[in-house]
Amino acid sequence: MTTQPLDTLPIKPSLRDPAWIKRVFWTIVAAVIMWPALVSTEFKPWVFFESENLKVTGNFLAEFFPPALSPEFLHLIAKEAWRTVAIATAGTFIALLLAIPLTLLSTTVLSVSSLSGRMNKLPFVMRQLIRWLLILMRSIPELIWALVFVRVVGLGPAAGVLAIALTYGGMLGKVYGEILESADRQVSTTMLRNGAGRIQTFFYSVLPTNATELTSYTIYRWECAIRASTVLGFVGAGGLGQQMDNSMRMFNGSEVATMLVVFILLVGLADMVSTWMRRVLR
Amino acid sequence: MSVSRPKHWLRWDSPVCWALSATAALIVLSFWSLDLQLGRVLSFESLARMGKFLGELLSPNVEATFLKKLALASLETLAMSAVGTLLAALFGLLLAVPASRSHSSDPARWRFLTRLLLNALRSIPELVWAALLLISAGLGPFAGTLALALHTTGVLGRLFAESIENAPQDAAAALRVQGVPEGRVFLYATLPTVSPQIMSYSLYRWENNIRAAAVLGVVGGGGLGQMLSFHMGLFQMQETSSVLIAMILLVVLVDACSYFVRRMLSR
Repeated sequence: MTTQPLDTLPIKPSLRDPAWIKRVFWTIVAAVIMWPALVSTEFKPWVFFESENLKVTGNFLAEFFPPALSPEFLHLIAKEAWRTVAIATAGTFIALLLAIPLTLLSTTVLSVSSLSGRMNKLPFVMRQLIRWLLILMRSIPELIWALVFVRVVGLGPAAGVLAIALTYGGMLGKVYGEILESADRQVSTTMLRNGAGRIQTFFYSVLPTNATELTSYTIYRWECAIRASTVLGFVGAGGLGQQMDNSMRMFNGSEVATMLVVFILLVGLADMVSTWMRRVLR
Repeated sequence: MSVSRPKHWLRWDSPVCWALSATAALIVLSFWSLDLQLGRVLSFESLARMGKFLGELLSPNVEATFLKKLALASLETLAMSAVGTLLAALFGLLLAVPASRSHSSDPARWRFLTRLLLNALRSIPELVWAALLLISAGLGPFAGTLALALHTTGVLGRLFAESIENAPQDAAAALRVQGVPEGRVFLYATLPTVSPQIMSYSLYRWENNIRAAAVLGVVGGGGLGQMLSFHMGLFQMQETSSVLIAMILLVVLVDACSYFVRRMLSR
């Protein structure tokens, strides 16, 4: 193979880009794909600068300072913030109660028949059915569950708690199963092979091996639940979100500002608590 | 050598004991203060109402004109998530540069402030952003798209900043020693090093955002969610049922796609 001397190339070597065809191609592809998306999302940033919108936004933002700090309002906000935390905690706790039996029923770690070759038909079908139930539980977003429960049990925290419980039950069940199945199974299979019961095997080998990871994931989910429970307030499940929705409807900027700050602090606090808990329980 | 004894985690002076009692107290207080009336919720009457509701959901509206509207709304949801994620990746990258300390002698003056901004963007959920943006952008998919973009900018910016800080420094250091200015070091060394991570984080967030975009509309941000809240508000159960089914299909489809892509990539 003969190499072409550099000075006979059509372009200067310092400007040569061996990948230019690829770059041009992908830029065009991206533009062609994104164009209909921009049309479909009605992407018109200039609506912000129409005089009417600018005035409304300006008034709303101007009210952010000073934030509402009257004692009655702060008292109300503290109560609602606690409610948000309580909804998240109660929801995660019920999710845990749902996830534990579903994990035990669906995990292959505790299968006796799969010790010798393939799992039996009936247990296999049962495990698959429970997996599908878990998928169904978590693939409906919590907000949709909340909308449904608000219809059925009425406005209030119960709808929020049940929504979090179902979605997070599905997530916890799935992740618990993955944690158990990815761990080292030597101890548990040895116990099962030597005639230990499945409950015994769970408590004396599976749980001690995985306890740290299981608790750490559960605490992480609790942290997510606090964010979720605020959002659920927007459809009438109570807590900080509902107050925020009310204030936004009335364009009350100063109240919204206070609540946004309280919310950011709440999420930060949950983050700190969950980091501390995970460190302690290691 | 001292004999290591098992930890007495039930002793009052161990932090584990405190963590466990705090958790128990939090759970008890939550249930006590919420007054959930779980008895009423799980009563026969409300179970019957739930059953009736679910029964009504079993007869979706499958008229061709309605299905066409539904398909358009689903496409709108997909478009919202794609545009939102793309914007967030761009702005996240722009903010990640000042938010990261790229080498040990980098003064990184803006690091604290940018991180504060990213944290604020991140800790406000998409739905709250959407509700706020409705005031200035009006009802519709544009508000939803921007809401997704704002929240995701916070998430991606933080992740990008971490990957820039943890990237292997060899190429960047080689250029820096040659006296190449910081901007070019970033473009020709740091960015190519972290670009696979940036891609995979962005794709992962896109997957999340499709799910988020489906529900964003409930507060008026366009897409499937807006259709859902519209028909549910009018008690049109057949239409509600179709929208719910479309949402679940979308979510399951995205999950399945990402599962197969991951399996293909990890093989």
